[in-house]
Amino acid sequence: MLDQLSWKVGGQQGEGIDSTGDTFSVALNRRGYFIYSYRHFSSRIKGGHTNSKIRVSTKSRLANSDQLDILIAFDQETIDFNAHELRDGGVVIADSKFNPKVPEGNYRLFSVPFTKIAEECGSAIMKNMVALGASACVLGLSSDIFADIISDKFLRKGQQVVDQNMKAIQLGIDYMTENGGVLPEFQLVPADGKKRLYMSGNEAIGLGALAAGARVMPAYPITPASDVMEYLIKHFPKVGGVVLQTEDEIAAMTMAIGSSFAGARSLTATSGPGLSLMMEAIGLAGMIEAPVVIIDTQRGGPSTGLPTKNEQSDLYAVLFGTHGEIPKIVLAPSTAEECFYATADAFNYADKYQCPVILITDLALSLANQTVEPLDYNKISIDRGKIATPEQLAEVGAGQLFKRYAFTEDGISPRVFPGMKGGIHHVTGVEHNETGRPDENAQNRIKMMDKRLAKLNNMELPNSVTYAGSENPDVLIVGLGSTMGVIDEALERFQAEGLNVAHAHVKVISPFPAKTLNQYVGKAKKVVVVENNATGQLLHLMKHFGVEHSAMTSYLRYDGNPFLPVQIFDHVKGLI
Amino acid sequence: MATVKEFRNNVRPNWCPGCGDFSVQASIQRALGNMDLEPENVAVISGIGCSGRISGYINSYGLHGVHGRALPIAQGVKLANRDLVVIASGGDGDGFGIGLNHFMHAVRRNIDLTYIVMDNNIYGLTKGQHSPTSAFGFKAKNTPQGTIENALKPAQVALSAGISFLAQGFSSDVNQLTSLIEQAIQHRGFSLINVFSPCVTYNKINTYDWYRENIVNLEQDENYDSSNKALAMQKVFETNGLCTGLIYKEDRPVFQDLVPGYKEEAITSQELRLDDEYFAKVMNQFA
Repeated sequence: MLDQLSWKVGGQQGEGIDSTGDTFSVALNRRGYFIYSYRHFSSRIKGGHTNSKIRVSTKSRLANSDQLDILIAFDQETIDFNAHELRDGGVVIADSKFNPKVPEGNYRLFSVPFTKIAEECGSAIMKNMVALGASACVLGLSSDIFADIISDKFLRKGQQVVDQNMKAIQLGIDYMTENGGVLPEFQLVPADGKKRLYMSGNEAIGLGALAAGARVMPAYPITPASDVMEYLIKHFPKVGGVVLQTEDEIAAMTMAIGSSFAGARSLTATSGPGLSLMMEAIGLAGMIEAPVVIIDTQRGGPSTGLPTKNEQSDLYAVLFGTHGEIPKIVLAPSTAEECFYATADAFNYADKYQCPVILITDLALSLANQTVEPLDYNKISIDRGKIATPEQLAEVGAGQLFKRYAFTEDGISPRVFPGMKGGIHHVTGVEHNETGRPDENAQNRIKMMDKRLAKLNNMELPNSVTYAGSENPDVLIVGLGSTMGVIDEALERFQAEGLNVAHAHVKVISPFPAKTLNQYVGKAKKVVVVENNATGQLLHLMKHFGVEHSAMTSYLRYDGNPFLPVQIFDHVKGLI
Repeated sequence: MATVKEFRNNVRPNWCPGCGDFSVQASIQRALGNMDLEPENVAVISGIGCSGRISGYINSYGLHGVHGRALPIAQGVKLANRDLVVIASGGDGDGFGIGLNHFMHAVRRNIDLTYIVMDNNIYGLTKGQHSPTSAFGFKAKNTPQGTIENALKPAQVALSAGISFLAQGFSSDVNQLTSLIEQAIQHRGFSLINVFSPCVTYNKINTYDWYRENIVNLEQDENYDSSNKALAMQKVFETNGLCTGLIYKEDRPVFQDLVPGYKEEAITSQELRLDDEYFAKVMNQFA
């Protein structure tokens, strides 16, 4: 019996490959299995190979599996493109319509008339359902596991459509039963049946923003960030919020600043090219001390780069990317669950420190769906930071301006919002005095720069780095973002082999947790920084912020695909 | 009861003596005073350039942002708090050069706010380059042989884009300008007042006298009907854009009327925390 299984479905874009994978995933997630699914797709709407790789496990897995057990193919291209991932003894279940051929090797091919059976049920569209049925049969599962999902999906089209789809699934099971049957080597250990969630990083960010009280989201569509906007378009109307698709990213960012100035919690979401356009306005947010949350879901750059592929190459941009010097917080969650909580934190930090907060993910984290334990709303607090009290406002004399940028010990001045009597003041991106009036006086300039930068000086946010593994490792692996699950899995294998390896994962990029990292790095013989970019940005940031180690190297992947656990395992093993 | 005085502050504008923008500032203050608004309920959002400084010269909440972005900032303010009177203001370079894209989309969106442009056909603060509204052949610092680009006509652009309130004013007619600003604030929807506001330092062509000779005041035409879009378009073309008064006005739903779920209560006044049961419901959609 297997405790994990890797299943992939592939075909042409527009053929419903995604929805097939999703139906399979949700069915097994509801049975209590842990799912991690990753999509391969291209920047086009129809045509071109696409696939959905799904990992089913009895424990949490947040990485693609090294190999593939079962491949469902709707065309020969899918087999040609993916067969190399199949493990010894792996199975291909393909539509007999295209007379499938598998390459040489120990693979088994089941040619199943997906399309023909679907047509018998009413429409060729349902070939995906037949494939799901065939998969269920191989795994020894009944059609029941799909019943509620099919009903959720199709009931609004009528009971007949539901019945047709269920029939297609059953016929897929029946055909497979007669022509191969249950394959004993693919039986999964029964799952615990516990109810868990299944979501992508982007959805978790959307839910986090909703939970944190964000109510205004101006944004411009871009892969892989658009789902955050699309999620909130569904939910903001129910809570009186508004999502607005702007004319460009500059408008999105400045509109979010306007809403923040007025007192709303606002966010925008984008990816690299959009982030570049927002940079001037991010500087404005820093200068006028406007709390605003920016989601940057990184993809392959530079320029249009690899819009549908994974990369982690915006670190320099988010850290150094506006002109001048402003305080900036950059959070980098690593799992969908962390995306939820970190997004809520982002709004509190923005309000507390009155500065832009950028939350970065990467495509793998943003788009991969994963099983998530139920989220705890009690862990989310809403802290609006320093807001002027009625007493403070009453002290402002007639004709006087409120000191919006009052010098304080911690550099944080109380905020007021338009509509509040006694709070009138001016806000400008020009250097200004305590009331917001332009002021170029050299002394004032120094004091104001120091005030703004003091907000984050010499500090580390809580939980900036997580650590797992032995205390004095031979090799310490450092990563950020979606590589969390991949490195953890490699770590498990080292532990199983009794090797002395540890894993530090960076969850906050700014303020950079140099002190904590130095402690971890100091105890390791060697350090390897694992990143999805070509220049080792995280490693350079570590050095830049004074994380020192004599044997610190990079392990990089920048072909657009996430690391596999085996790659990290092999590379690090070579260092021991 | 607020009066014009309450919208004044003691900041001395950094505009050149004789600049048309002084009258625009005075007209805004008079209009706000006449309308009996409270200063704290007004937000003036401006762009960059000489004109952009205006948000600092009016006693209200004010935000002086980045070049060309007054409109998206102002729309963000109004979306967050629909109870505020929001005025966006800037110059021709700010609004029709770098910010033209935002202008077109603000027109389409029809979020309720008033946009006042101080149009002097030149870039002043960068010391005299031609602007998008400079006439063909206009000689400026960077066009010594005369500009070879056609001038953008704000009124034509606004009408073509489907604006719901369009007016033009002239800096030397403060009474008309004040009245237009009041009407624009009262109008539910996005309104543009393009103001011919001479730059006395760098623009020696489009002077006060030049405007006096060339502009047509539509208010003096008894037969003019500002609800007739075809007529508005005709007048704007006939006068080569050089007409003042209320040019066109129509009532159509504002953006907020059409946003599903948008509440009567300002977003900034709403409870942020979700009901626990509601959160559980939303979360369980992922189960």
